[in-house]
Amino acid sequence: MTLPPIGLLTAVTFLPALGALVILLAVPRRHDAALRWGGLLVSLATFAVSLPLWAQFDAGDADMQFEEFLRWMPGLGVGYHVGVDGISVLLVLLTTFLMPLALASAWHAIEDRTKEFMIAMLLLETGMVGVFVSLDLFLFFVFWEAMLIPMYFVIGVLGGANRVYAAVKFVLYTMVGSALMLVAILALYYQHGAATGTYTFDLPTLTRFVLAPGRAQTLMFLAFGLAFAIKVPLFPLHTWLPDAHVEAPTAGSVILAGVLLKMGTYGFLRFCLPLFPDASVDYGPFVYALAVIGIVYGALVSTVQPDLKKLVAYSSVSHLGFVMLGLFTLTPQGLVGAVIQMVNHGLSTGALFLMVGMIYERRHTRLISEFGGLWAVIPAFSALFLIVCLSSLGLPGLNGFVGEFLILVGAFQVDKWLAAVATAGIIFAAVYLLWMYQRVAFGEIRHEANRRLSDLTPREWAVLVPVLVLIVWIGVYPKAFTSKTEASVQALIAQVESKASVARSTTAPVSRLSLR
Amino acid sequence: MIPAPPIALGALLPALIVFGAGALVLLLDLLPPRTKDHLGGVALAGIVLALLASVWLWAGGTDVRAFRDMVLLDRYALFFHFVICYAAALAVLLSIDYLRRNGVESGEYYALLLFSTTGMLLLASAGDLLVVFLGIELMSLSLYVLAGLFKMRLASGEASMKYFLLGAFATGFLLYGIALIYGATGSTNFDRIAAAAGARPRDTLLTIGLGLLLVGFGFKISSVPFHMWAPDVYEGAPTSVTALIATGSKAAAFAALIRVLTVALRAAQPDWSVLLWAVAAVTMTAGNVIAIAQSNLKRMLAYSSIAHVGYMLVGLVAGGAAGAGAVLFYLLAYTFTTAGAFGAILLVERSDGEAVEVGDYAGLARRNPVLAATLGLFLLSLVGIPPLAGFVGKFYLFGSAVRAGYVWLTVLGVLNSAIAAYYYLRVIVYMYMHEPEGVEVRLVPSFAGGIALAIAVVGIVLLGVMPAPFADLAQVAVAPLVR
Repeated sequence: MTLPPIGLLTAVTFLPALGALVILLAVPRRHDAALRWGGLLVSLATFAVSLPLWAQFDAGDADMQFEEFLRWMPGLGVGYHVGVDGISVLLVLLTTFLMPLALASAWHAIEDRTKEFMIAMLLLETGMVGVFVSLDLFLFFVFWEAMLIPMYFVIGVLGGANRVYAAVKFVLYTMVGSALMLVAILALYYQHGAATGTYTFDLPTLTRFVLAPGRAQTLMFLAFGLAFAIKVPLFPLHTWLPDAHVEAPTAGSVILAGVLLKMGTYGFLRFCLPLFPDASVDYGPFVYALAVIGIVYGALVSTVQPDLKKLVAYSSVSHLGFVMLGLFTLTPQGLVGAVIQMVNHGLSTGALFLMVGMIYERRHTRLISEFGGLWAVIPAFSALFLIVCLSSLGLPGLNGFVGEFLILVGAFQVDKWLAAVATAGIIFAAVYLLWMYQRVAFGEIRHEANRRLSDLTPREWAVLVPVLVLIVWIGVYPKAFTSKTEASVQALIAQVESKASVARSTTAPVSRLSLR
Repeated sequence: MIPAPPIALGALLPALIVFGAGALVLLLDLLPPRTKDHLGGVALAGIVLALLASVWLWAGGTDVRAFRDMVLLDRYALFFHFVICYAAALAVLLSIDYLRRNGVESGEYYALLLFSTTGMLLLASAGDLLVVFLGIELMSLSLYVLAGLFKMRLASGEASMKYFLLGAFATGFLLYGIALIYGATGSTNFDRIAAAAGARPRDTLLTIGLGLLLVGFGFKISSVPFHMWAPDVYEGAPTSVTALIATGSKAAAFAALIRVLTVALRAAQPDWSVLLWAVAAVTMTAGNVIAIAQSNLKRMLAYSSIAHVGYMLVGLVAGGAAGAGAVLFYLLAYTFTTAGAFGAILLVERSDGEAVEVGDYAGLARRNPVLAATLGLFLLSLVGIPPLAGFVGKFYLFGSAVRAGYVWLTVLGVLNSAIAAYYYLRVIVYMYMHEPEGVEVRLVPSFAGGIALAIAVVGIVLLGVMPAPFADLAQVAVAPLVR
């Protein structure tokens, strides 16, 4: 038997897991340095291996690229089918890019149980990349569920004082959502099988299938939607997020905010919209109402947080609200904006968590009231922190602006009033971030401990500079990123539109969906 | 003069091998040396031999009907032979050091374990209600004694007594059910019952018989509301025996139950599927909810095993080849996982006895990372986290239920799995996220136990990553039921 050659996506997906296995078996737990370097090198190697995805990706092609297919459970129609399009390629690269930074940020923060930490983070990377590249519902679900456990360990073993509560809450929330998704996956599988005679979990095949609008489609949409909405998190399912963020170690928060939340929005984009177009259109107004509530609510709650990390956590609720808004406008601008905003949020919020972690390592507190006047003591840190805050609040010229602008362009075409309210969210973002920044960096030095703070170390520079480069790059020349995703987004919208109208032509005459 | 029926002992080959090994153990027990180490080896050899015989018979594709169709050695029976032999072999491997540690080494232990296994094998190949009864009695009577092996411990005696009394009571129901079915159909043979029941559907006598039969089986598989014995027996019995009760005896009872329902009482499917729908719903929910409140690991696993019975009943309700095949696969996955979990618990010991309170496991990951990771894997498989056996098992089960249209039962099932995650993960929380508590807990070195756990780990990973060959095996096995 000859084994098929290992494709690029398989390599990117499983290299971290392989590294975790080697670390598990070969590196004794007392060799902290070897564990750290080992983990970092594996994640850097994964990033290096993933770079051809960027270079060789054909932006003009809307279809899946780098596809691989292997029969896995042929009796059931389960295959190992992976591939990326213009939407997922950016998220895969975001994952492989953020992971080395997260591991490097934990150089001194994780002193105990380094081995568990490295293994969990690398397995997590395999799970996350797997979710983004899976083109088979079974495979997707395997990665989606399997990824929970390493994150559970990262929060629960290495987190703060209340870590067990946060970890269990995170897992239970996610499991309830995904349990119903499993039922919907099975239901879709049998509906498709009964209608066409082909029983398969293959996503492209299922996507071509036109599911009749009605109760079944709505229930499946809601089951998938609940799983994804919990992950995003969409208001009012966000309550696990602040707990998980506050308790997780910095590296965990970076990955949680940077990548894990995107799995929810990605899920809506990849599964809910194309598989259940009618229900997506029907429930669109409901979703973007929740998204707008989330934008405003997240921003307002952020404003009053005394704790830096909690503030950033709630700001995620607001930012992800923008992504959800963009998705359900079902306009090209809104969708492209949403994809870019996913990347932006990963970078900006990832960087915010990194910097909050850095200041926490120095002062062992995250309370805003404990700081003040940092600009005078640690100017380099304060300057970079300012740039990251400005990126997060959407200053033109930096990355955040691009995504939010496109999303709002899309939103205005759908509902002017909701868009107006969402725009207010940007103003609130300026309020909570700048007010926080002012209290942290400017003013008098009120606490003696702050006078002795040291500025960024070379390691911290090395962690932050790559993020800042991308923040400016996307802000100044977004086309490099939007061009990758545009063709796929157009194809997705066309597909949703045609399926919805095919289904509706037999039932209801009016399709509310069009390329506005 | 009635001609003597042909005696085809070949149809009982695996059961006879195990029985012979049991008799041999009894004999060897009387001879020197005084130590009993070698008896475990003899018992293991007997089981492995029976397993090899089953594999040989499977490969030969035999479909033997012997003793006037009372014993059926088809692939369905052989599939369960694999599961039962595996469970018994694991129990023996776990017993060898465990018995010596607790000072209860004896030849009778292995003999009884083998006799009980013989009963289980007989159940798997039963083609007649009387053989079902024989098998259940042989299996249960041996297990009643085994549960009381720790003569000096109150809990063990209580377990044995309770198991015996309630078991005898349930057997009464079973026998009564058999009598009524015989009265209604004129036979105890599955095929002849099927023919008679098909001719007279909705017969009152038959329906009552079916109900009583289900009570008896409900006790043996510990489904709600006949589960009351399980937590006490699981807790009080020696852990190696608990592992066998939770896996082998359950698999054997399911083997007979599935065959009785889908072959003999196929005509009554509308009746029993409604009944089992409710039983499945109540069983999985009650099992999981009560398990949350347990702090004793053996009790928790007892309630968890009740919940798993509920999941398997979902597959039975779904019916057809897909449903039955899913139950078979699940039993295989469940046996590997549960036997492994009990095995891992058995290897941890406090200075004053067994370590069974969840607090005893606090900080286990620091003291013994390998054992903690192993137990963690079993628990994650019980939760149903991919890519482990438990996940694929649930996937097949719930898949068959959705296919048959039982969507709401499936929704209840998956929500139950989410509830279950809480109490399984709590053990992991203790092992990994708590610091060691005051009690001194040590790991018992046991080569045989290590082998048993290694086999179980390989099993759950293999079933999780490459399930297709095993699922195909299960599908081949259920073919005799649905033709």
